[in-house]
Amino acid sequence: MRPAFSVIFLTTLIGAGQGLFLALFTAESYAAFDLLPAIAPGFLAAGSLLALLLLITGLGASFFHLGHPERAWRSAAQWRTSWLSREVIALPAFSAIVALYGLVHFSGANPTLGMLPSGAPIKVSAVLGSLGTLLAFLLFICTAMIYACLRFLREWHTPLTVINYTLLGGASGFTLAAALAAQLAPERTGFFAGWAVIITLMGLVGRGASLVRNRRLKPRSTLQTAIGIKHPRIVQKTQGAMGGSFNTREFFHGKSVFFLRRIQWIVVTCVFLVPAVLLAAGVWGSGIAVLAQAFAIQYLGLLAERWLFFAQANHPQNLYYQAVP
Amino acid sequence: MTQLALVIDLNVCVGCSACVTSCKEWNTSSAAGPLCDGNPYGAEPTGTFFNRVQTFEVGTYPATETVHFPKSCMHCEDPPCVPVCPTGASYKRKSDGIVLVDYDKCIGCKYCSWACPYGAREFDEAGKVMKKCTLCVDRIYDKGLPEKERKPACVRACPAGARLFGDVHDPDSEVSQAIREQGGYALMPEWGTQPANHYLPRRKTQLHIHEDELERSDNPLLIDSELPQPGTGEPSLDDVTSW
Repeated sequence: MRPAFSVIFLTTLIGAGQGLFLALFTAESYAAFDLLPAIAPGFLAAGSLLALLLLITGLGASFFHLGHPERAWRSAAQWRTSWLSREVIALPAFSAIVALYGLVHFSGANPTLGMLPSGAPIKVSAVLGSLGTLLAFLLFICTAMIYACLRFLREWHTPLTVINYTLLGGASGFTLAAALAAQLAPERTGFFAGWAVIITLMGLVGRGASLVRNRRLKPRSTLQTAIGIKHPRIVQKTQGAMGGSFNTREFFHGKSVFFLRRIQWIVVTCVFLVPAVLLAAGVWGSGIAVLAQAFAIQYLGLLAERWLFFAQANHPQNLYYQAVP
Repeated sequence: MTQLALVIDLNVCVGCSACVTSCKEWNTSSAAGPLCDGNPYGAEPTGTFFNRVQTFEVGTYPATETVHFPKSCMHCEDPPCVPVCPTGASYKRKSDGIVLVDYDKCIGCKYCSWACPYGAREFDEAGKVMKKCTLCVDRIYDKGLPEKERKPACVRACPAGARLFGDVHDPDSEVSQAIREQGGYALMPEWGTQPANHYLPRRKTQLHIHEDELERSDNPLLIDSELPQPGTGEPSLDDVTSW
């Protein structure tokens, strides 16, 4: 497939936004159960604002993918069958909850709604946070299932797609939370950086597994099944177009195998190895500069990772275009 | 239930692309708007087509065969492109099984083209919507046309008669009989899309002539062989005896 940058920015930006929100609410939950000292509401408000900005920027990027962005409102219609439609509903719903969650912490109006049997108070922010957490995971599932549901794109049609979208979004979000904490709540930096290392390494396992799986995949469709002629040697002579067509442009990335392999090593280095080392330094007390670098490198790496995700998917329609490099 | 479809005979197709040009001509002039071209008179012309003919060479020289292979939307019975559409612009008609795009609802996200294993859908760069074969839906029901002309433009154009059109759910239709009796097959059956369009395979036409057939020994009247010569006293019989 030809990677579309609008979709690359959409998925990476909202992934980081979802991960950042999950990081914020994780810290608040730890505090609610007295596992950590209370966290400054100002930090949670600033984090929510940043998460909201990431979500809105991602949503904005997605419009560049559309031929008719003015009709985008129609895309919520088919939520019964289309994961894309479900994502279109889940993203604004999640953004609204993030905005409310940030507003509660910004205004300081966070009344207690009740008590847990253990005696811990149930605050409005906890209800919003739980709802937001649910929506964040739903949104990860919707985004990933857009790709994972296409059964003949076998590089995508695996539970690993959903797992990796969740883990990589979570990793970049927790890394960003660590960098933000280094500036606004330095005593929490170690907590976020520690979780960021763990999720990043889990992401390495998940994405590594999908890279190995991609390498081992044997195509189910062949030129023989594509045109229904059972002969081992078939050579294409014409493709039905002189100067190319939508089919020769949309489904081919046009890069060499070596280029893809180089991107693969950039992904492993920039998304996982370098950020893990920098985050580990953050756990032991490095400042904002190191953690900001960790996020910047990880985010740039994720752009390459998403590019590779699209480029590695071999569409069966390419069998009808044997002469496209 | 009706399922309209094309059946394409690869044994007959000569690769003249008359179906391609006829399809383009009819559909670019339709009420749904033109099928736009890019750089049509330049070195690298491109454009939107519903139907294209490709050519494959099968085998190793000199034992090769050239196969011309027309391909358009398969109008799958279980079309994977339809449920993924977020707006409902892509739909399959219950009445006749044609898969269509509502160009006024399409947002141009191209997701349906990713979901089609056959590459049958093409994005119109000028209209910014996804387009595909309609089986000439604006033609086949047009009461203004004589009944024999109510067929897709590609079927009408094919000079070799390689394209058949009809209801593949009607066992007595011309297309169903062709599929049944001439080994009609569907493309990429491994994905379970159940394409309605079928292809008829290449066939080898061979004639075996045995020596006894050359000598016509099976001729009961032995017209070509020497006739018996009974005695002159025997009664003569026209065409049976030599006199």
